[in-house]
Amino acid sequence: MAKRNASVIKEICVACGACENVCPREAVTVWKGCYTKINLEKCIGCGICANICPANAVIMQKKEAAL
Amino acid sequence: MRTKKWYDYLWIWSIIYFAMGFFNILFAWLGMIDFLLPLLIAVFGKSKWFCNHLCGRGQLFALLGGKLKLSRNKPTPKWMVSKWFRYSFLLFFMTMFGNMVFQTWLVASGTAGLREAIKLLWTIRVPWGWTYTAGAVSPWIAQFSFGFYGLMLTSLIIGLAVMLLYKPRSWCTFCPMGTMTQGICRLENRRDNIERAQS
Repeated sequence: MAKRNASVIKEICVACGACENVCPREAVTVWKGCYTKINLEKCIGCGICANICPANAVIMQKKEAAL
Repeated sequence: MRTKKWYDYLWIWSIIYFAMGFFNILFAWLGMIDFLLPLLIAVFGKSKWFCNHLCGRGQLFALLGGKLKLSRNKPTPKWMVSKWFRYSFLLFFMTMFGNMVFQTWLVASGTAGLREAIKLLWTIRVPWGWTYTAGAVSPWIAQFSFGFYGLMLTSLIIGLAVMLLYKPRSWCTFCPMGTMTQGICRLENRRDNIERAQS
């Protein structure tokens, strides 16, 4: 089980979908054009989405913190 | 990673669009697809599906900055992502769009003559006359083409600059179309959003 996962700061997310396009596990979706949602069961904590996010809205955190 | 779909190659359309403007300025009108489609999808589809999947420009920046590693990949400055900047830029961009439409109207009414030039970054006038044969269409149709192509090229230059300096898709944080469509989606989905937050 992954030790960390991605988390989204909804307020600054621009819903561009850059993270959705690079996620290797299809764990990221843009919710109705408003902000990005992470499926924690699918997220493997690779951090690719956080690295690509142009708005710095995706952060990586320890798994316990999100649950 | 999900399997590639036909729309993952729309960055090619983006290149073709700008290349066509070098040969015949009237092709600039095709850019209206990129202007209207995101709004239609946001209003009727209640989503940013255009930004997420159909934006050739975003794909081009991701390709150049990501795969080809032309981006420094530094965090986008916070002020560039802030709401005030995004909405200020949208207002500025739409004012310039309105000005361009006004110029077209002046030409259509005969008050002003056709200017066979494009304006880059709203200030630098670049002669572009070789792309238009005088009399081919009504002057106002050509005027709109020159104006609109200048606007598209300007946003491409800004997008490329921030792609080089920051993240590949930093342009998306203040893209006027993205700001508009996200605003529309947030308004349309506000009830669902509140329910989601409460549950």
